[in-house]
Amino acid sequence: MSHDVRREDGRFGQVPAGVDAEDPNAHRPEPIDVSVTDTLIDDKTVDELRQIAARYPQSRSAMLPMLHLVQSVEGRVTPAGIEIIAQILDVSTADVSGVATFYTMYKRRPNGEYNVGVCTTALCAIMGGDDIFDRLSKELGVGHDETTPDGKITLERIECNAACDYAPVLMVNWEFLDNQDPDSATETVTKLRNGVEITSTRGARITTWKQAERVLAGYSDDRADEGPTAGPASQLGVRLAAENNWKAPTPQEAADALAAARAAEGEEGAK
Amino acid sequence: MTETISAEPYSPDPITPVLTANWGDDRAWKITNYERRGGYKALRTALQQPQGDLVQLVKDSQLRGRGGAGFPTGNKWGFLPDNGAPRYLVVNADESEPGACKDMPLMMASPHTLVEGIAISSYAFNAHYAFIYVRGEVLHVIRRLQQAVREAYSAGYLGRNMLGMGYDLEVIVHAGAGAYICGEETALLDSLEGRRGQPRLKPPFPAVAGLYGSPTVINNVESISTIPSIVAGGADWFTSMGVDNGKGMGIFSLSGHVRNPGQIEVPLGTTLRQLLDITGGIREGHQLKFWTPGGSSSPIFTAEHLDTPLDYDSVAKAGSMLGTRSLQIFDETTSVVRAVTRWLEFYKHESCGKCTPCREGTWWLVQILKRIEAGQGQEGDVEKLLDICDNVGGKSFCALGDAAVTPINSAIKHFRDEFEAGYHTPAWELFPYEKNVIYAQPAGVAQ
Repeated sequence: MSHDVRREDGRFGQVPAGVDAEDPNAHRPEPIDVSVTDTLIDDKTVDELRQIAARYPQSRSAMLPMLHLVQSVEGRVTPAGIEIIAQILDVSTADVSGVATFYTMYKRRPNGEYNVGVCTTALCAIMGGDDIFDRLSKELGVGHDETTPDGKITLERIECNAACDYAPVLMVNWEFLDNQDPDSATETVTKLRNGVEITSTRGARITTWKQAERVLAGYSDDRADEGPTAGPASQLGVRLAAENNWKAPTPQEAADALAAARAAEGEEGAK
Repeated sequence: MTETISAEPYSPDPITPVLTANWGDDRAWKITNYERRGGYKALRTALQQPQGDLVQLVKDSQLRGRGGAGFPTGNKWGFLPDNGAPRYLVVNADESEPGACKDMPLMMASPHTLVEGIAISSYAFNAHYAFIYVRGEVLHVIRRLQQAVREAYSAGYLGRNMLGMGYDLEVIVHAGAGAYICGEETALLDSLEGRRGQPRLKPPFPAVAGLYGSPTVINNVESISTIPSIVAGGADWFTSMGVDNGKGMGIFSLSGHVRNPGQIEVPLGTTLRQLLDITGGIREGHQLKFWTPGGSSSPIFTAEHLDTPLDYDSVAKAGSMLGTRSLQIFDETTSVVRAVTRWLEFYKHESCGKCTPCREGTWWLVQILKRIEAGQGQEGDVEKLLDICDNVGGKSFCALGDAAVTPINSAIKHFRDEFEAGYHTPAWELFPYEKNVIYAQPAGVAQ
């Protein structure tokens, strides 16, 4: 547990090993590099960005998926990416930057090949998410929103990811890893760092962060058919219903019941 | 509950799988498997009916929105002005409310249920463009949605001249990028227009001036997914389930300190006690302490509310909100101060920053809550919290500020002494955190 690193003044002081527990803010992330003008965006990407803009009745609606596509190529939202989107959508670069800095999925520093998010919103935190984050932070030697020096893993505290029935939950490149504990999470990041392919507990083989961003931009990676229909917790109700032979009423049953009720009401009225 | 519904004509089984019925099927997400179960028949039926009849059918079904606010869906559809402007359907698939976890499994297991609902609904109120705004942090859900839309186009259920019936509909799957606030309908619209997701002042409501300033219907995933079943079964079938002013079935999400967390589709008006009885109860050797009926934005309940029927009116009457039917269950090992602090950190993180009371208020609330959690609270902190809450709630454009103060107000109402204990004793000494943890489920990894 992490109580020992809570600060005396009551501030929440969960900090990774090797970092000054007295001042977590002393461990600042790398500054954002906006001087780089090199870009991996080529003509093909520009064509794709235009395709995305053409999907919508009004092209500016394409802003979010276009930023996802830029990340899929550049590994972050780069100044060049912002410039190109602004040109295609005929808006200012400030408009694009304003959007890119609002949403947590857009990264302004180079993101790791694998984005490992530990849910630490109330329920997951209480069920063990805090322990998992602490352990991973220690294993990886990085804190929230930081990337390992080898560029493999970016660790994040994430907010509720709509999988509370599988708490505590880990998201790797936005795929569910359900019902985790500190050991299983550590095993996962070790595999990722060693280049071992892993599979979501109810999804697909986990792809790279850049590839995932490409899917979010609307380009298929042909993995939709991997994984099960649903995880076991999602199936709780249907499983219990099958065991007890419980069903929703049929329209006929509902109609019969309604007719019977009306008849009973009529009798009641007649009295 | 019997005294209130003794006049109900019909008592359905305790679990009524409709939307979840195919979640146990093999590859339920494929169009052929969906069709094999009768999928898209309701769309054929609908396209042969006058559009106004479908709106009336949904009104007659008394379906109320499944995304939290509980607004009657048919009425929402009926508000669209006839001003010649294009109309839009936007499906709110930004499920992010702490505790809510029903729409994601629905779209992963059976995306065609939603797609069919979109096709019928769009036709009903004459929209030719529909958008599914899905949160970005759910890659596999998005894959399945994208594929389902592609399959539906190929099969002629979407696109030009749907099923040869002369109606055109374009459907776009739009991935968000991480912002809880985009679940708020006007922030969602700004986001969908390519802007920062910040709420708009209402009125005008989206029904009048929504996406691109045009009349727009915004409905939750589950609301739209319910439409095919209403077309197939009829209004009388739908109203045979549930209670007065809360008709039909709904997916309830159980999470936390329960033996069997998960999704369970039951008639509205079912109580938590009934749900726990069916599913196996609180985790072994423990008792219920507090719970949310509708996610973290709904005032917390305690064991005294075990028999409150979970429908819109009964929950409101008992002082909370049905919300998204997200039942987060916490047992006696849990510090309510810790849970509330963490919820407030969530709201602080997710406040869009537009309105000062919400942006600044959530920040200060977190500061005070953290020192209370650490046993460093100062005399009067509870009053100070309540005072700040009073200055945040109802003082912002959207409901996020109201939601943020809800856990504090309700937790202090039920557990004031725990907050006051934080003036001298850390929460982790009162409620050792290691006792909260459950690693009982087999950990999933990673072949």
